[in-house]
Amino acid sequence: MAQASDIAAAVPVRRAASRWNQRTLAPWLFLAPGLFMFTLYVLWPIVQSVTLSFYDWNGLYGPNGEFKGTFVGAANYRELMTDPAFETSLWNNLKWLVLYMLALPIGLFIAIFLNQTVRGIRLYKSLFFFPFVISQVVVGLMFAWFYAPNFGLFYLLTEWITGKGIAILADPDLVTYGIIAAGLWPQIAYVMILYLTGLNNVAPDQIEAARLDGAKGWRMLWYVVLPQLRPATFIAVIVTVIGALRSFDLVSIMTNGGPFGSSRVLSYYMYEKALGEYGFRMGYGAAIAVVLFAIMMIFISGFIWKMWRDEKER
Amino acid sequence: MVHTLAGAVALGAALMLSTSAMAQQRVVTYNGDYDPIPLAAMEALIADFEAANPEIDIQFTNFDHEAYKNAIRNFLTADPPDLANWYAANRMRPFVEAGLFADISDVWAANGLNDALASSLPSMTIDGKQWGIPYTYYQWGIYYNRDAYAAAGVEVPGPEGVDWATFLANCEKFKAASIDCVTTGSSALWPVAGIFDYLSLRTNGYQFHSDLAAGKVSWTSPEARAVFAEFAKLQPYVTENHAAIDWQDAAAIFVQGKAANYVMGNFAVGVFKEGGMTNDNLGFMVFPEITAGLARAEEAPTDTIHLTSGAKNPEDAKTFLAYMASAEAQSKWNAAVGQLPTNKGATVDAADPFLSAGFAALSTATGGIAQFWDRDADAEYAKAGMEGFQRFLVQPEALEEILSQLEATRLRLFPQ
Repeated sequence: MAQASDIAAAVPVRRAASRWNQRTLAPWLFLAPGLFMFTLYVLWPIVQSVTLSFYDWNGLYGPNGEFKGTFVGAANYRELMTDPAFETSLWNNLKWLVLYMLALPIGLFIAIFLNQTVRGIRLYKSLFFFPFVISQVVVGLMFAWFYAPNFGLFYLLTEWITGKGIAILADPDLVTYGIIAAGLWPQIAYVMILYLTGLNNVAPDQIEAARLDGAKGWRMLWYVVLPQLRPATFIAVIVTVIGALRSFDLVSIMTNGGPFGSSRVLSYYMYEKALGEYGFRMGYGAAIAVVLFAIMMIFISGFIWKMWRDEKER
Repeated sequence: MVHTLAGAVALGAALMLSTSAMAQQRVVTYNGDYDPIPLAAMEALIADFEAANPEIDIQFTNFDHEAYKNAIRNFLTADPPDLANWYAANRMRPFVEAGLFADISDVWAANGLNDALASSLPSMTIDGKQWGIPYTYYQWGIYYNRDAYAAAGVEVPGPEGVDWATFLANCEKFKAASIDCVTTGSSALWPVAGIFDYLSLRTNGYQFHSDLAAGKVSWTSPEARAVFAEFAKLQPYVTENHAAIDWQDAAAIFVQGKAANYVMGNFAVGVFKEGGMTNDNLGFMVFPEITAGLARAEEAPTDTIHLTSGAKNPEDAKTFLAYMASAEAQSKWNAAVGQLPTNKGATVDAADPFLSAGFAALSTATGGIAQFWDRDADAEYAKAGMEGFQRFLVQPEALEEILSQLEATRLRLFPQ
């Protein structure tokens, strides 16, 4: 009997312990594969990049696989401070950030314009969405031809109007704007589709109520529709900011950062220094990457903070 | 035995079967980066070599030309072949300094190459040792469109070329006829380096070019300013918007007769001819003399083969290198590809006017043979320089800013 009572006493305790184990262990077990991947492919490379940014290394190992870099402290960062090419890239990134935001109002405008029931509207919608489906590389090539001196449509158009063609990609003052325009084309389509889905979810009863109260036009848009589109706007801002900061492919395809480096952005400059034909300064490239990462972190932490706040309010 | 990277696995399996059949063959692995025509020429040479040396099996792996520039950095440390293609002068320096290319001075000494390859000796020597075998090079110069000359009513220059004053005077006439005197497409930067190099070689000579590329000369020195002064004279006659086009796009302008002259390397002849030009309307001349009496120097970038430090079969690899240095191998390869052999005993196709002209121009270049700005200069310095040259062609008024930026780069890369 003594044994039986022992067991009886022990059972609830053991059950509680096992429940505790399940509650605490299970989430970690489910998280483990993701965490492992995240550590291996995200966190560890970040640590490596930051470490590398304090070295001077040309990317070559010795014949026996030994690391040939030399530790230089903050020298790469000091050089960045006085590097005119870095300054140009930073300014260009700023231009990208500001002008890319144009995708929001334009995308919203097109979305509202397309948000009607006309025969064949699905076709129009998909045609407007088309540029986002095309690869960025193809977009870049198309715009490069559009701007091309002597035979490009844009060049011929300006030649016809002003008598002298403008070769956007050869002009150091215009080139960045030319590339941003190319980037905006698919970005507007993306924002448009985000707003179109958002508009589908706008509550019709609220629109009706507002209409009964005599709201229309701008006031209706500003006070009734836009507040309901806030989630869509939030996502659109995120993808646009990130799209602007990682604008690498278009620069690479359209100009290679030229003429004489005037269309460089940070991500392209990093590639050029670390992996380009005349580069292979891994440490310096890593330093640029760290700066770009820091800039992105400002935005990313802002977004995360906002999301966290929204979660708590709920 | 030749195979491409794409089918490497399948062929590798077949290879193991075939090598086990021929049990005594010793394998030499060789990585290269050839386009189809040079690849076929190299395959033919390898077949010849294997026929003469049946105990050696050369296993050649071909890479895409651009991808090779990155691939070599990986395979030299991870899995070095016995032999690898690369380029002369400063381009090979990082690999030599990292100890990845092997010293092959003994091959040079044993085969009398110091004499046979004398013109390439300086560009293959680092620290008094030779680090590779040069097997081909090609001349640079001015290619001109005879039709464009006729259209503008300008007298066509002979093979000996014209002097600088006449050249610039001709440019004025071309401008009046709305023809670009000199065309180039500088979106990839290097074509402008060709123009600058020639202005620099003709104004101050080979030693200046070499010192400038090595960072020994100040960009604000009177000599450097003199080069830019000549550059400024040419600037108004260069195709507008060159910064947005590739060299092939400029070749189209040239072929259409909208441009008269093109400062280019001999590899462009194939593109001109594909565009419809023939030996009748395409001409070649050496770049005009600027400073009278200066020993003429030319640009001729050299392609090379190197023995790696991690080679598993260096002895047989050296046998192959000696073969690639020989007059007959170089004659055969270069005849197939349309380039110039580096061995002075080799022959060139006399029927090809551009090869003959190039051969004559290079063999009489008493001033010296330059490799090209981006091979003579350190990579980062080369890029900074080329951006400066391109900017000057677009914004000649920014000269002071360009020179001071280049000077700052020089002082940073080469602390005095």
